[in-house]
This record gives sequence, structure tokens and C-alpha cells, in this order.
Amino acid sequence: MSPKKLNLKDKYKLLTRDLDWEFSYEDRKEAFPYEEFEGIKITDWDKWEDPFRLTMESYWKYQAEKEKKLYAIYDAFAQNNGQTNVTDARYVNAIKLFLTGVSPGEHAAHLGFAFTGRQMGGIGARVAAQMQSIDELRHIQTQIHAMSHYNKFFDGFDEFNHMHDRLWYLSVPKSFFEDARTAGPFEFMIAIGFSFEYVLTNLLFVPFMSGAAYNGDMATVTFGFSAQSDEARHMTLGLEIIKFLLEQHEDNLPIVQKWLDKWLWRGYRLLTLVAMMMDYMLPQKVMSWQEAWELYFEDAAGALFKDLERYGIKMPDYTDTIKQEKEHLSHQAWWIFYQYTHAAAFHTWTPTAEEMDWLSEKYPDTFDKYYRPRWELAAEMEAKGERFYTTGLPQLCQTCQIPMAFTEMSDPTQVSYRESIYNDERFHFCSDPCKSIFDNEPEKYVNAWLPVHQILQGNCGGGGLDKVMEYYHLDDGVANLEFEGSPDAERWKEWKGVA
Amino acid sequence: MSRVQIAFQDNDESRYIVAAIEQDNTTAVVHYEPAMIRVENEGSLIINRDTVSEQIGMEWDVQSLHINLITLTGHIDEDDDYFKIMWNN
Amino acid sequence: MTIRALRDDYHGEFKDSLEKFGGAQLVYLGWDKHQMFCSSRAFPLPPEMRFQELLDNVMPEAFGQHPEFTQIDWNKAQWILDNSAFQPDHSKSLTELDIGHKSLLRLVTPELTGYKGAGI
Repeated sequence: MSPKKLNLKDKYKLLTRDLDWEFSYEDRKEAFPYEEFEGIKITDWDKWEDPFRLTMESYWKYQAEKEKKLYAIYDAFAQNNGQTNVTDARYVNAIKLFLTGVSPGEHAAHLGFAFTGRQMGGIGARVAAQMQSIDELRHIQTQIHAMSHYNKFFDGFDEFNHMHDRLWYLSVPKSFFEDARTAGPFEFMIAIGFSFEYVLTNLLFVPFMSGAAYNGDMATVTFGFSAQSDEARHMTLGLEIIKFLLEQHEDNLPIVQKWLDKWLWRGYRLLTLVAMMMDYMLPQKVMSWQEAWELYFEDAAGALFKDLERYGIKMPDYTDTIKQEKEHLSHQAWWIFYQYTHAAAFHTWTPTAEEMDWLSEKYPDTFDKYYRPRWELAAEMEAKGERFYTTGLPQLCQTCQIPMAFTEMSDPTQVSYRESIYNDERFHFCSDPCKSIFDNEPEKYVNAWLPVHQILQGNCGGGGLDKVMEYYHLDDGVANLEFEGSPDAERWKEWKGVA
Repeated sequence: MSRVQIAFQDNDESRYIVAAIEQDNTTAVVHYEPAMIRVENEGSLIINRDTVSEQIGMEWDVQSLHINLITLTGHIDEDDDYFKIMWNN
Repeated sequence: MTIRALRDDYHGEFKDSLEKFGGAQLVYLGWDKHQMFCSSRAFPLPPEMRFQELLDNVMPEAFGQHPEFTQIDWNKAQWILDNSAFQPDHSKSLTELDIGHKSLLRLVTPELTGYKGAGI
């Protein structure tokens, strides 16, 4: 008789849990030196339950299959000149922002999960974090491969790695991940594993990728959904870590709640980029940022928080602000990039008449009142041959590093200003949550590398804007400025036979 | 009760998985969106190996779900013959 | 606690302290309810700069693109310095007026309501 096949639970036990060993002659504390300083108390790592009972062996098998499918599509996309089949060349700017702003975050997450995959004391959590670390590396690789095809035909892709450490707006995602990676392993898990992966990445990968498909970009939708299939596993890891920490010890609750309050806000601010990508950068729209927010945050995260109530976890108290901001966020963000596009590695444009009508329909309470006039002003100036590029450098929020462009929800025409004084120095914030994140750990955020201040200190090439552009590796008149009249736009017209 | 949801890439394999879901979860609502299929249900949703195998016409391994999965919400219960997501509220 | 770090004696580096700006101090300038400019701006200015020089030389660079800029009556302009009402003596310097490093100075012009009266 042949031996009986192992069932899923036994297989998982043998090929995951049984890989651990007892520390007989070394001090366990020295093996896991980061496990205690955050104040988290773990009494029994064996209580860790991995919901997806995936072993390393099955992991490789399924990941290999996903990769084969993905690269077959890349080949087909390239062989069929897929770049000419997107709805409009403007669309490609969303993908430039993705490669420069999002993909390096995958790499940062890879490093972060490698760290937690080493430093957490429980084998179940370590194996899951290591798988996620490998996933994140796969994500940046597949994204670079997908975009390398666009890089042959459009400007703004080629220096993404160099730009990531330098460009003013890219300090927003960069500092977000550095904040998480310089925390301890448990805060990192709540920051990226739970808050970002579970609560927020759906907003990035699902509606936006669906939008990529709608705009004829098969390469992007495929890497997006392929990455998101890993994300489903990451989400369950995020949910497990929070349940596990809360069940281990009651003292963990206030620490975890504080991390949640911080990281849901940090992640939400980061998604500002996605809001404008959805509402302004997709020529063919799938759903508005507001609709996506309602479906993937209010609905899905609402159910999640209801489940976490039993542990004493509460929705952060700024949730009402977020609810109001969903009608403003994308418009305020695109306005920033529209006027600073001379220092950006992608093009911007005024929305067309039809696009403005779509925005009015999707945002009936805010667009016509607050934002349509901005675009009318921009169009007026453009018609006079004075396309609006603003002068000077923006004031930035010390925490999220976004220009101070967000407004009071009680008066949407008034910029929201907050400040703190620490060690006799003044610090500025865009919002109450960004201020309280700073106030909780000022010694961390005084360190922030704020691009505007670095430029003014002479650390970015020195001198004027031309030197800064050199430092950025940004050629003036190529990847930056208005879309109309750009080399991208001209090439597109040539391909399409339009005069 | 809160809604759970699961989404798949819109392709030939997922079509049968979704058919099996509809068969075993009579209240499930299916949304066809660009390149993806999203299924919602109140409280919980189950995918049974045997139903999918029958639909697809060959033996289907529950873990091969990972290949076409895009996202899901809820707690997970996974075994050899089923995959279930649910909220406890 | 000012940070949760591995070492209790950890301190962050103040990246933007005054001495890092080569003798200048940073001043942020904003124009309330004029959102043509997406945000307030950062300017490195000499601490001995007179307020009148700020009006004459810096304000046009900061806000001169706005169609209402030429209509500003500087004698009627209101100011908010670091969230408090402020009445500057135009002949005094930034230091004398307590406009410090990283101070936020907001211009308020209630009679000018922005492009199309929409606060833009």
C-alpha cells in the first residue's frame, strides 16, 4: 500500500513549523535582539495561525506559474506594439508616476519584510514574512520589466532609480517606507503588513489596474493583478499579525492602536497620488477616487474594524476628515502637479471639457464650486500663451512631505495649517494627524529630508533651478512640462497619423 | 452582517470558479469589471473543491486559487476540500 | 518619550536648523484664499531684511502671477504671523518683527476674493 498523502494542515505543520529549532546553548534574546524594545509582549508564538497554509514548496510552484503567464503577456504586448494601443499618450504619464513613485516602494517593502522575516521570534510569522519579502522583490522586477517596453517609446522612465532618492514629490513615498523600515519589526508589520497591505493596497492595485485594462494597457494590468494575487496573501498576514498581537497580551492594545492611528493616516496621505491618477490621469475612467474609496475603504475596512472591536480596537478618530476629503483630494493633488510640472518627470494637462463634466457628475458637491474655476483659469492663461507654471518652492508638511495644499474641511478654500515647536524650532504640518505623528516622536521627524529645504541649503546641485534639474537628471523640455507639445505628444501624433 | 468579497482575474479558469461560487452561495452577487470579476456575499462565502472540479471538468486543487486571485476580504479558513472567507460580525 | 528607539540616548539630527541655510533664515509666505498657488512658499531671506523690502522684492516673486496681485492695497493688507494677527512696521527688519526661522507669514486681503470669487 502506498503511503497516505499528507493533508494540507499536516503538510503545513511539517514544512513550516517543524523548520524551527530550540535554542539550547545560545541566548534566545540575543538571537532576536529587536523583539522587545517596542514594548510588545509575546507570550506564545505557537498561537500564530497562518490562514493560507502555504508551504515553501507550493509557494514556488504557484509563483512560477504566475510568472510564466505574466511574461507570456509581456512578450505578446511588446510583439504587438502594445504601446500604440493605449487610449491616449497622456495615459502613459500615470505609468511613469507608478514606476518612479510606487515601484521603489516594492523594493523598500522587500527589504522591510526581509528584516521582519529575520527578527520575529515565531517560525510561522518568519516564513510568511520571508515569502512576502520575495514577493515584493518579484513585484519591483516585474514592474521594471513591464515598463522597460514603454521606456523605449516615452520619456520619463529611464532615470527612475536615480530620481527616487532626489525628486521632491518622490520623497513622499520614499520617506513613508523609510519611516516604517526604521521602526521595530512589529511596528513595521502593523505599518506595511496591516495598514498598507490590508487596508489600502486594494485602492492602488484593484481599481487603478482595472483602469489600466480599460485604457488598453495589458502589460500593466497583468503585472498589477499578478502582484495583487500575492497581495491577497499579504493581506491575510497583516490581519493575522494584528489579531495575534492583540490576543497575546492586553498591554499590546494601546501600542497597536497608536500604530494603526499613525499608519492608516500615513498610508492614506500617500494614496493622494493614486487619487489623482484615477480622476485625472486615466483618459478612460473606470470609477472615481471617491467611489473607490467608498468601496475599498469605507465598506471593506468598515467590516474589518467592526471585527476588531472585540479586542478594543477603534477606528481612528480622523476618519470623518477622510470621509470629507474624498471629494477634494484628487483635485487638490493634480493642481499641485499641474503647476509644478516643470520640475516633474511626467507631463500634466488641463482636463478636457468632457472630463470636467465627468468630474462634475462624480463630485457634484465640490467640483463646480471649488475646482472647475481653477481649470478655467489655467485654460485662460494657456490660451494667452502663458501656460501656468508657478514660481518658487512649496512649503512642505514635515511628516507626509506633501506641499501644504490640503484645506480645512470646514472651509475648503482655506489651507489647513498646523504647527509644533520642538527644541525652539518651528515645524509645520498639513493636518492634525500629521502633527500628532510628529508630536509623538519628534526626534524621528526632525531628521526628515525635506526636498525644498535641501534645495535651499544648496544640497541639490546648488544654484538655481537648472542646477537642481541636473541633479535630478531631468532634461528640460523632454520629460517635464505640459503634455501638449511635448516630445511624447508629437511622437504619438506621428504614430496615429494626426497632423 | 458585513459583506465579504473576493475578486479574480477575468479568464477561463476563473469563470468556472465563479460558477461554482454561484452554485454554492445562492445570495452571492457577481460584478463584471474591466479585466476582473468581483463577487460579494453577506457574512461569508465558500468555494468547494468538488463543485469547482465538476464545473471545470477536472480535479481542481484549492491552492491553485492563488493563480487567479486578485483580492479578498474577511478571515480565511482553508482546507483540502474548501476555501472559506467570513466576517465575525 | 520623544522616540521609541533601540537605544534610549538616540537623538535625531535637526536637518533644517538655522545655521544650515548659510546666513539666511527660512520664511514661508502664503496668501489666504488665493489657491491659484497650490500652497504657501518657502524663501531663504536675510534676517536683517526690512519688511518693505519683503513687500517690494519677495512678494512679487511669490504671488505676482495672480491676476489680483496688482490690486493689493499694501496699506490695508492684513497679516497673520505664526497663527496670530500681526501688524508689521514696514521699516523694521524680520528679526525686529519677530519673524523667525521657519515662521509662516500669511497675507489676508478680504476685499480680494480670488479668481471668479472662488478663493482661487
